[in-house]
Amino acid sequence: MTRLISILVGLGFTFVVLLAFVIGAWTFATEEVTPTAEHEFHVAPRHASYQFDGALGTWDYQQLQRGYQVYKEVCSACHSLKLVGFRNLAELGYTEAEVKAEAASWQVPGVDPVTGEASTRPGTATDYFPSPYPNDVAAAAANNNAVPPDLSLMTKARHHGTEYVRSLLTGYRNPNTFSVDGVRLKEEFPDFETPPALHFNPYFANLNIAMAPPLTANGQVTYADGTDPTIEQMATDVSAFLTWTAEPTLVRRKQTGWPVLGFLLFATVLAWYAKKQVWAPVKPKKRKGDNPA
Amino acid sequence: MSFPWAKAYEPKAPLMRFLDERLPLPRFVYNAVGAGYPVPRNLSYFWNFGILAGFCLMLQIVTGIVLAMHYSANALVAFNSVEHIMRDVNWGWMLRYAHANGASFFFVVVYIHIFRGLFYSSYKAPREMIWLLGVVIFLLMMATAFMGYVLPWGQMSFWGAKVITGLFGAIPLVGEPLQVWLLGGYAPDNAALNRFYSLHFLLPFVIAGVVILHIWALHIPGSSNPTGVEVKSESDTVPFHPYYTAKDGFGLGVFLLIYCLFVFFLPNNLGHPDNYIPANPLSTPAHIVPEWYFWPFYAILRAFTSDFLLPAKLWGVLAMFSAILCWFFLPWLDRSPVRSGHYRPLFRKFFWFGLIPCMAVLFYCGGAPAEEPFVMLSQIATAYYFLHFLVILPIVSLVERPEPLPYSITDAVLGTPENDGTVKGHMIQGENARPAV
Repeated sequence: MTRLISILVGLGFTFVVLLAFVIGAWTFATEEVTPTAEHEFHVAPRHASYQFDGALGTWDYQQLQRGYQVYKEVCSACHSLKLVGFRNLAELGYTEAEVKAEAASWQVPGVDPVTGEASTRPGTATDYFPSPYPNDVAAAAANNNAVPPDLSLMTKARHHGTEYVRSLLTGYRNPNTFSVDGVRLKEEFPDFETPPALHFNPYFANLNIAMAPPLTANGQVTYADGTDPTIEQMATDVSAFLTWTAEPTLVRRKQTGWPVLGFLLFATVLAWYAKKQVWAPVKPKKRKGDNPA
Repeated sequence: MSFPWAKAYEPKAPLMRFLDERLPLPRFVYNAVGAGYPVPRNLSYFWNFGILAGFCLMLQIVTGIVLAMHYSANALVAFNSVEHIMRDVNWGWMLRYAHANGASFFFVVVYIHIFRGLFYSSYKAPREMIWLLGVVIFLLMMATAFMGYVLPWGQMSFWGAKVITGLFGAIPLVGEPLQVWLLGGYAPDNAALNRFYSLHFLLPFVIAGVVILHIWALHIPGSSNPTGVEVKSESDTVPFHPYYTAKDGFGLGVFLLIYCLFVFFLPNNLGHPDNYIPANPLSTPAHIVPEWYFWPFYAILRAFTSDFLLPAKLWGVLAMFSAILCWFFLPWLDRSPVRSGHYRPLFRKFFWFGLIPCMAVLFYCGGAPAEEPFVMLSQIATAYYFLHFLVILPIVSLVERPEPLPYSITDAVLGTPENDGTVKGHMIQGENARPAV
């Protein structure tokens, strides 16, 4: 009886799902799927290598400091970095005095000690990076209704985040001439238009991004260490910096992993020999001349 | 409990004697995982996964309790409190990665444990209760994991919670009030986050309770084994300690190596990047997907795309729950007297060439976007899934002619020619279903 009911239930589910399959397959076979420009011309981030890549990666402090400079002089005009405190800059190789001076160069929200009214004051090491806008409404109003996202976790919040940020920053193209594998976007989709106030960027999921190209000219920032500030270099540096902001413990994590794995490997080898020794008396002995079959 | 030749506990030290007379805890441990518990001598490494699952549960409870000391279950600050753990709490990043990947590895281990049980028909008499309790544990684990994934309050947390609680909305008449009652509102918000946190803290201890019942039920008939032949004599068994403690020790080492590889070098590979974006009720992610361990059941849910008598969504919900609930009936659906798939030629073919590829397709399609050809593939795999458990298993167990079984575990291990299972005199079909005398 149980089995009869079970077979009936099983056949019921099978029938319904196969019905859905037939309808789906019929639709699939008869209805043309209209290709979309977002699907065909969205490109994966370009590969780039960094010193923190791989299991033995370490931070390039010079690069992180350059990246911080790009954030400060370019990105911070619109993007917040809420999860990072000025004190964290010490991890980039700045001295305590430099961290304090750096913090003081930013204005953070404060309270007037006399009137109690909201005001601003120079930052201290215990403050977090201030947001460029008082709230999301102000941010949207200033940016054609698109709120610039917080960058603290940006490289973890996208697939291949570091390379994505770097590609996006250097990826602005002219939609009229843009092509992938020799196929021109405009030939395939003649109606494709980047709406006014948006900017064509094939690394962005829907190809049109609200952010205007932030890195427009070589030498936009002046690096203290003498590195040539090409657009490519600035994009690489700031994407490295944002990898650090997204996971300041990244290098420590990898460096902790090695001794952990080493210890475990040692313990596992010991456990293997212990197991072999314990089992030796009860394991069947292989006798000479035994036919394995 | 256990076999007549099980060694009895004899306290040697005066302290142990004192304890044994007042609270026989050492005796209990000795009989459970010590030398007083005889276990079949032929268990393969697939029998390590029960202990490993128990280890994962403890790992999740320990890391979870410490994380709870730093986490804040309030929709306004939950996301930032997780980042506070990652950045400011000493070793917080390790705790959180250990907990998040621990959930994934718990499921890896439990899936292997379940499919070992399916191949060797560990659900058959006299072990039905172990299997039933195991399915209960699996359901509790799914609930716990789902609610845990909501706690970081990222985009996938929020939208996952919305989609999964939305499933209850498919139930006729009571669906929508039920969904509102579950969430404490019309959409996931502070009320939902708080109750999920409370339940996420509670359920692991419920799981631990059911695990105790699961092990208790196991210790009555003892472990099954790869031949499926019941233990007949002392030579068929070895004491759990030191034999299986040593084997489990090695298994645990291998498990920890792979687990730590993920925790320290690939900690985000099993997660979704969108969960590093704070929850935003106004912006729907392009593809809402649950954690990977739910993918097969998510694929079954989405496979039902057409209305037939009932709305498609309700079919999907019914099928998804039935996909797990049907496991409860396996002991009464598969009536073959032979347990082990090694001696069941037809069953074995359906297992390796039917069920395993079907699960692989469901896993893959559950994580893929709801587009063709993934929907069609998951529809075929879903059809096979239900056919396998509800139609094929009952029929196979009726028509199949099992291969000859070894007379005993000892014979299977030592393979002595005169007692080889292939000798006709010892070929007794179905005798393995009887408990040892």
